[in-house]
Amino acid sequence: MSDIAERVKKIVIDHLGVDADKVVEGASFIDDLGADSLDTVELVMAFEEEFGVEIPDDAADSILTVGDAIKFIEKAQA
Amino acid sequence: MFDLTGRKALVTGATGGLGEEIARLLHKQGATVGLHGTRVEKLEALASELGDRATIFPANLSDRADVKALGEKAEADLGGVDILVNNAGITKDGLFVRMSDEDWDNVLEVNLTSMFRLTRELTHPMMRRRFGRIINITSVVAVTGNPGQANYCASKAGMIGFSKSLAQEIATRNVTVNCIAPGFIESAMTGKLNEKQKEAILGAIPMKRMGAGADIAAAALYLASNEAGYVTGQTLHVNGGMAMI
Repeated sequence: MSDIAERVKKIVIDHLGVDADKVVEGASFIDDLGADSLDTVELVMAFEEEFGVEIPDDAADSILTVGDAIKFIEKAQA
Repeated sequence: MFDLTGRKALVTGATGGLGEEIARLLHKQGATVGLHGTRVEKLEALASELGDRATIFPANLSDRADVKALGEKAEADLGGVDILVNNAGITKDGLFVRMSDEDWDNVLEVNLTSMFRLTRELTHPMMRRRFGRIINITSVVAVTGNPGQANYCASKAGMIGFSKSLAQEIATRNVTVNCIAPGFIESAMTGKLNEKQKEAILGAIPMKRMGAGADIAAAALYLASNEAGYVTGQTLHVNGGMAMI
């Protein structure tokens, strides 16, 4: 697993207080991990802070799963 | 009841009559207070009188960069702001037909826009800590209107709508957002009124007296306390009964 994936998952686990084994790439923040709309905003802000990338609102709207977040950040940092 | 030990509060406009009373009472109840104002000497005098647990944060709220810096500095220096009292406000009164763009813009900028920007700086950390008390000092005229104060009333009514929206957005994070709407309060401003004006005002107040700063500070203490944790999106009117809304 890439370093980015590791760090993304850690943020999700810490922020949402969910079990690590639930945080798989296909997991939806809202449907599978119990996030509400504020959580998703806070997660995006946490990703921005951790990786020093800017995630515009329209991109943020398309980040629905853990895998989406990892892919976005990998692309932004490539 | 109403013990604020360990809490950190930022009060804007703490050199004004109301802001000072609020800051003093929150401090007396155990909070560490950040005192914002524009008059540095007055801030220093108040901070040294309060002694421990008081820090000053001079800033010009009509300067947007200053507002952002104020939020960042208060959050860092106080080690997290738990209680934000948006008290600072200005008036530029005049009849509407003669009101200039400048008088409108100044009042909206200081009373409403700076409150939005400062609150935005401090809300996210409150959400993260799962505790916050945002207290916005509005006015009875936000709800009743007042001739000669279209700009001021618009700014104060704006605070109420803002507070209700934000209260709904962040309630699940245990951050409450409420307003206090003072009526006529004894201050340097009301001290300038002549006897006839005073009589007319008192005639409209069932309690037949003006309010004191302490009346407003007590309301702020309540809304800042743990005990008020189930109160959000409300406007607490403290006006001797002059408007029952």
